[in-house]
Amino acid sequence: MYELIEKAEIFNVHKMVIKAPEIAHSIQAGQFVIIMGNEYSERIPITVSDWNTDTGAITLYVLELGISTLELARMKVGDSLYVVTGPLGIPSEIKKYGTVALGGGCYGIGGIYPIAKACKEAGNKVISIIEARYSFMFYHEKELHAVSDQVLYATSDGSKGKKGKVEDVIREMLEKGVKIDQAFFIGCTQMLERCSEATRPYAIPTKVALNSIMLDGTGMCGACRVSVGGETKFACVDGPEFDGHKVDWKELNRRRSAYTEQESVIYQSYSHECMAEKKLRGEL
Amino acid sequence: MELTAKERMAIERHGMAEQPPDLRNRNFEEVPYGYTPEEAVAEAQRCLSCKKMQCISGCPVEVPIPEFIALVAEEKFAEAARLIKTKNVLPAICGRVCPQESQCEGVCIRGKKDITKAVAIGNLERFVADYERENNLMEVPEIKDKNGFKVAVIGSGPSGLTVAGDLIKLGYEVTIYEAFHRGGGVLVYGIPEFRMPKRIVEAEIRALEDLGVKIYYNSVIGRLHKVDDLFKTLGFNAVYIGVGAGLPIFLDIPGKNLNGVFSANEYLTRSNLMKSYLFPKYRTPMIIGKKVAVLGGGNVAMDSARTAIRLGAEKVTIVYRRAREQMPARAAEVHHAEQEKIEFRLLSSPVEIYGNEEGWATGMKCQRYELGEPDESGRQRPVPIKDSFFEFDCDQVLMSIGGQANPLITSTTPDMKINKWGYIETDDWGRTNKEFVYAGGDIVTGAATVISAMGAGRRAAKAIHEDLMKETDETLQPPGGETEEGDEEK
Ligand SMILES: Cc1cc2nc3c(=O)[nH]c(=O)nc-3n(C[C@H](O)[C@H](O)[C@H](O)COP(=O)(O)OP(=O)(O)OC[C@H]3O[C@@H](n4cnc5c(N)ncnc54)[C@H](O)[C@@H]3O)c2cc1C
Ligand SMILES: Cc1cc2nc3c(=O)[nH]c(=O)nc-3n(C[C@H](O)[C@H](O)[C@H](O)COP(=O)(O)OP(=O)(O)OC[C@H]3O[C@@H](n4cnc5c(N)ncnc54)[C@H](O)[C@@H]3O)c2cc1C
Ligand code: SF4
Ligand code: FES
Repeated sequence: MYELIEKAEIFNVHKMVIKAPEIAHSIQAGQFVIIMGNEYSERIPITVSDWNTDTGAITLYVLELGISTLELARMKVGDSLYVVTGPLGIPSEIKKYGTVALGGGCYGIGGIYPIAKACKEAGNKVISIIEARYSFMFYHEKELHAVSDQVLYATSDGSKGKKGKVEDVIREMLEKGVKIDQAFFIGCTQMLERCSEATRPYAIPTKVALNSIMLDGTGMCGACRVSVGGETKFACVDGPEFDGHKVDWKELNRRRSAYTEQESVIYQSYSHECMAEKKLRGEL
Repeated sequence: MELTAKERMAIERHGMAEQPPDLRNRNFEEVPYGYTPEEAVAEAQRCLSCKKMQCISGCPVEVPIPEFIALVAEEKFAEAARLIKTKNVLPAICGRVCPQESQCEGVCIRGKKDITKAVAIGNLERFVADYERENNLMEVPEIKDKNGFKVAVIGSGPSGLTVAGDLIKLGYEVTIYEAFHRGGGVLVYGIPEFRMPKRIVEAEIRALEDLGVKIYYNSVIGRLHKVDDLFKTLGFNAVYIGVGAGLPIFLDIPGKNLNGVFSANEYLTRSNLMKSYLFPKYRTPMIIGKKVAVLGGGNVAMDSARTAIRLGAEKVTIVYRRAREQMPARAAEVHHAEQEKIEFRLLSSPVEIYGNEEGWATGMKCQRYELGEPDESGRQRPVPIKDSFFEFDCDQVLMSIGGQANPLITSTTPDMKINKWGYIETDDWGRTNKEFVYAGGDIVTGAATVISAMGAGRRAAKAIHEDLMKETDETLQPPGGETEEGDEEK
């Protein structure tokens, strides 16, 4: 079950194609899965970027950050994941908006793809905007081009597209008077917040896929709670998409950093384990 | 060697030997060690085999108590376990977690004057079930020939497991869909190891699998398949919904979203299901509070408080709005919590959680309460005392003040009737308004007990059997003809 059938590395992002036919059949744009690499793992949420009902495969893009994503990154084709639960979350609202702008950074480059695709199929004009530090860090580009009327780039060093970030591209478009009827953003919290600030003055309906810490993903624990417009919402069942102009970003950032200490302890103990293993094997 | 009533009366109740409090508050091993066979026999001899058998009527599933106790007295332990199982399929579990003092033992004649002198029915139930399991004396029940009907059970808590067990024996093909990666519901993710060893739940699940029950884990119904799809696409003839109560409630006070503030569900799931008490071997992190405040007075609050002590908290305080006698937790749990030096602040309720600049909880302000007029339930209502507040330091707050119905299934099955709190409406036998859809356990009653969830499962299994058998009579053709093996995706 949940066999890893394809794997690729794009700098620190790992493409993982996993056999999960039932999920491939039922998933819709904007939904995610919760996965565990092995029985000791943490349950972590990952957006599903692509799927194929014929092969029964789902595609995830995992950004290597801490222990859980590192252990996933170490898995090999042929290995099986211990848990892949999903689809979870409410699907993105897909309808004919007119012009839809989608912004993606880090894992969001893959994350926006299914929404772009569904929006395109619903007859929208689709503008995809993706950011990375350097030009060689982009991925899933061919697919994104196929479903977008326009793909715009932003890089920190200016090596591809605009020098800057998605928010800079969006701001420039809006200043130029490009009409955007709906915006979707997926990526790190800072990016989501800054992009929402960019669309706020123009009152563009803005959906952001929040990334609060999750555990069960079924609404049972409240770990993922976020404040949106003064109300407490559970990101796993009420979201993950919320109105970017109403999110309490400070609280989200604070709650996301709750386990920093434990995360660094475990990360370090892992490197020690690996060193010890290597020493045993005479590699050090 | 038949004992006289007088001789029986002279025997003192046998408590179970336990780990001493200052040893167990640092480990997650089960607290009571269990009876020796000699203790069990001696305790069984205390039963007077009364004609009226009050105890049976005190038990929600009417276990034939005096009869099984008589078998214990004759050292026929496995036979006693089997007799219990005619009514209660999970005796090793119920013996440990039933609120006996308000059920069977609560009406036992021997406890009439002093409840602590009642026959230790729960202990005996636990003993015989453990004896049967540990000595591999579990009998494989008789299974009827397959009748061609397929039943889907959603959720593997006590009610779902009961439905599955009853129906597989009647010849149904039974598939359980469970959202988590382990089966057992609250028994594995909520109730801690020191009270409900996971190997016992695992043994029950293995026994069901041996009988042919299929379990699909990581399957969140409502998302992966909708209830209607279970009939249409997957060819099931009936569906049982036993998904538990689910959603935690957060007290709506300032500071409820500070770091360090958890629902008991999250805290216990991290510790039990994800085993973060074994961090970092198990990767799920846990915040270890030094001064922990637990809100609530039920079993969930006791389990949270006692987990916090075991994880290394210096001080754990339970804050509860009503008085001690009104705490809904099992008496044994309150007693164990007190022994483990957990502090109780009764007749108090928080009005604010304080935080520091980084957004971490640092303390709590509470209002004092007093008991006023009785409410509808007959319990004296707690009323706040004006201007009477106190504060104390805490860096972790665990909220266990109840739950709400999880809408995942009901919202994706809009034609199923729910009540104003979101729980599923059923008749006495678990039938919902949707044909061949049944429900039971906490998702119908709201948070209740293991035995009531089990009882609901029993009744629903009967209803499913009755309704589907009627169906065969009416249509006069064997069902399941069109759905072939391999139809399913898995
Ligand atoms: C709905 C949703 C979709 C997501 N989609 C993707 C995706 O497609 N690709 C991707 O790479 N990442 C995605 N993430 C983020 C991903 O879950 C975290 O990066 C991952 O859990 C980090 O784990 P770690 O142990 O490697 O890192 P750690 O070092 O443990 O943590 C790094 C940071 O990740 C966050 N994090 C830690 N544990 C969790 C958890 N259980 N749940 C959520 N966040 C956590 C914390 O804020 C932490 O500061 C998504 C998150 C959410 C909520
Ligand atoms: C901490 C704690 C301590 C308790 N202590 C006691 C005690 O001492 N004595 C006692 O009698 N009772 C106790 N209870 C209450 C008791 O555990 C419950 O009443 C009982 O477990 C309810 O059983 P259930 O089968 O209805 O649901 P649950 O046990 O809640 O099981 C429901 C199952 O369904 C799964 N599920 C949920 N949604 C879906 C979905 N959409 N698709 C698939 N699966 C799904 C869940 O993951 C879960 O496994 C306690 C409860 C808690 C939380
Ligand atoms: S099931 Fe519960 S109430 Fe019934 S006899 Fe056993 S312990 Fe007592
Ligand atoms: S992750 Fe538990 S409620 Fe959302």
